[in-house]
Amino acid sequence: MILRLASALIGRWLFFGISIAMPEPSDAFRIGFAMNTDNLLSMTAIDKRFAGIPALSGASFAVGRGEVHALIGQNGAGKSTLIKVLTGYYKRDAGEVVFDGKPFEVSSPQQAQASGISTIYQEINLVPYRSITENICLGREARRCGLLDWKRMHQEAEALLQRFNVRADVRRPLMEFNTATQQMVAIARAIGFSAKLVIMDEPTSSLDEREVAVLFNVIRQLKQEGVSVVFVSHKLDELYEVCDRVTIMRDGRTVKTAAMNEIDKIGLVSAMLGRAIERAEGHATAFSDRDEKKIGKVLLSAENLAINQIVQDVSFNVRSGEIAGFAGLLGAGRTETARLVFGIDRPHAGSMIFNGQTFDPHKPSDAIAAGMGFCTEDRKSEGIVPDMSVAENMMLALMPKLSKSGVIDEKAQRDIVERFIRQLGIKCSGSDQKVRELSGGNQQKVLLGRWLAMNPRLLILDEPTRGIDVGAKAEIQALIKTLADQGLAVLMISSELEEVIEGADRVFVLREGISVAEFDRDEATEDAVMSAMAHGSAPTVAEAAP
Amino acid sequence: MTRPRLISLLGSYGVVLALLLLILFGWARYDYFLGLFNITSVLRYNSMFALVALGMCFVIMTGGIDLSVGSTAALGSVVAALASPQGAWIGLGAGVGAGLCVGLINAILVTRLKIMPFVATLAMMLAASGTALLLADNQSVSVSYESGFTSIGQDNFIGFPIPAWIAIMAYVVGWVVLNFTSTGRGVLAVGGNEDATRLMGLPADRIKFLVYLASGGLAGLAGVILASQFGAGQPIEGVGWELFAIAAVVVGGTLLTGGVGSVGATLAGVLLLGILFNVLNFENGKGWISLSAYWQSVIRGLFLLVVVILQAKLSSRGSVAVRDY
Repeated sequence: MILRLASALIGRWLFFGISIAMPEPSDAFRIGFAMNTDNLLSMTAIDKRFAGIPALSGASFAVGRGEVHALIGQNGAGKSTLIKVLTGYYKRDAGEVVFDGKPFEVSSPQQAQASGISTIYQEINLVPYRSITENICLGREARRCGLLDWKRMHQEAEALLQRFNVRADVRRPLMEFNTATQQMVAIARAIGFSAKLVIMDEPTSSLDEREVAVLFNVIRQLKQEGVSVVFVSHKLDELYEVCDRVTIMRDGRTVKTAAMNEIDKIGLVSAMLGRAIERAEGHATAFSDRDEKKIGKVLLSAENLAINQIVQDVSFNVRSGEIAGFAGLLGAGRTETARLVFGIDRPHAGSMIFNGQTFDPHKPSDAIAAGMGFCTEDRKSEGIVPDMSVAENMMLALMPKLSKSGVIDEKAQRDIVERFIRQLGIKCSGSDQKVRELSGGNQQKVLLGRWLAMNPRLLILDEPTRGIDVGAKAEIQALIKTLADQGLAVLMISSELEEVIEGADRVFVLREGISVAEFDRDEATEDAVMSAMAHGSAPTVAEAAP
Repeated sequence: MTRPRLISLLGSYGVVLALLLLILFGWARYDYFLGLFNITSVLRYNSMFALVALGMCFVIMTGGIDLSVGSTAALGSVVAALASPQGAWIGLGAGVGAGLCVGLINAILVTRLKIMPFVATLAMMLAASGTALLLADNQSVSVSYESGFTSIGQDNFIGFPIPAWIAIMAYVVGWVVLNFTSTGRGVLAVGGNEDATRLMGLPADRIKFLVYLASGGLAGLAGVILASQFGAGQPIEGVGWELFAIAAVVVGGTLLTGGVGSVGATLAGVLLLGILFNVLNFENGKGWISLSAYWQSVIRGLFLLVVVILQAKLSSRGSVAVRDY
């Protein structure tokens, strides 16, 4: 014992000695040294394989005490796998983990949590039927005389949410609240565990600007309290705002670790992609200028659609070979309008014309029969069937067409699946891999493939690139553009302004359930669209309509 | 009170309301419906179902199912009858122990070997039934009358049937466990979203293990009461009990998909179905109509459908109850 103490002291002395003896240590060297002595977590040479396919190979990752450390990379780069290895959800095949000075061996998230690692997962992982209190306090319940002390638990939950400026009846089931509140609950839960390390996997994807600001304040608070944070995000600007260092992953390896103030955005992106960026300057998305000559006649037009309070008066049209964009704030009624078009809900008022005929879909199959496809916003719950294979997921909508008197034509099916896997560049071990094992970007491609296999004339895309990393985002945007060039009409809903402005040939702005403005490509500047989103003041629809 | 709130309350307490209406109907129509004899015999008989339904309620709240409860009760009754000469308590322990064994195997099959609950408990339903028939040599096994074993099912305590006391105690314990222990809340969390529960760091497998074990134990206890009440272990009894239990649980508003449920409403569901049976018997006794047992099943089935449809309508408009109280 005394010996060990002595050797630790000598180690300290040596460290000081060296740092004094070295006249001008390079920054990298100093960081490297700081890591060795003051790391809360270090993962070294981690390997993980799924069915023989490496998801992590030799990944190394270190987080200092009280440090906010960004972890970025393309989809499938291995971020989620690395995190799940750390939290014991997966068992690593090789490598070593040291946490808080001790070798770290956990076999379940429960143990990781008990050791001081809390995780907020990308997809909100809570129990919708249960109350906010339960979702926050499950696993560390307050007790009195051995029984649950509901009063104190409610108070605790309220106090935790207060830190995020969230006011909510914590007794109500979680599912009654919007996504942002649910996300805050997930974060409150993680922080409530008085963790030493909080892992946030894309915590901001469902938050608005104000909520993001609140979250960042909480992260800074945690940092002051000496808690370390691992921050996974695809929004590069956010990293600069709140992170100290960044580790970049690619193909299951950690390719670069740097201090945030030493690396610029181009550096981040090129390290993620592993190549110099080909995009022209001034373009933030992969929608390069489109050939407008290919745009055909009006395919779908909707007049004065209304349902409940959410959609009050929406008119728009989409032409063949055109990408029409829906811009608007959360709750502007964009998704709800798309649901009307696709026959999921029925409008209380208004009319639609599709392909020259009155169009009044009672159910989605009517819309599908007419030649429409709909990639929903919520991939997980409304799109993919996670336990089914890539092929099965792709064939779901096509099944009725491909079967001859009830028997599915296996060969035709395989041909189509293989073609789309190739065309869309879906990364999977084969068409029979389960979709749940794919990354978000590849899941989205499978969904695109599902609808493209139907040979649709109009494709509705609701947030097609949400939760997808920069590289795959560009791929999907390029794909959408190609599809439109081939004559497909695309109705694209996106909360990312630049995506709508650069991607769409025309932009319709919805505000509080009313279509307040329409812009052509050259009129659609960020300022114009944003002011229409915010105030509804813009050229009137009547004037701008063709 | 706002409309959605009212609907939500109706959804939660609809089964209690229906129960009260049925009792009111019976009281108004039949002379001896609320007589002491009828009340005690209804309670005495239905306490067995109540115990089985309580275990089923917990299993269903985790999103699972336990089809083996009927056979387990039959096995419990046979084992208890065989052990009854050694004493009442030993008979009781043996019956419950037999149930726990079946529950243990179910729990291992479901949580360790990851076999679907439907399949695992279906297999155990056949196995337990077969074991009961083997042990009983294909006939009912008379219990020992000297050891006092029969008083478990036949005697009263403070003017109230002992089986009903047992059921009431079980429900109080169940209610406390569900609402005031972390395991109980875990049951609902696992049923609501098992993946999330695991990621939250809760012991999902241990929770599921416990509910199958408890369901087996409660079914064994029901078997003990069965043997004691009828003076014999009944290897061929218990057929269809699992369906009655599932029906009672569903009528009580517990979602078959798991995640939402209530112990109190399950008890109300048991009583509702039990008293409905009782009312049909009274109606037969009046002589206006004469319904065979088959017709009674048809009526109970229709009644169940009506309740479930009403609940679906209500719950789609209102919202689910978060807590029992």
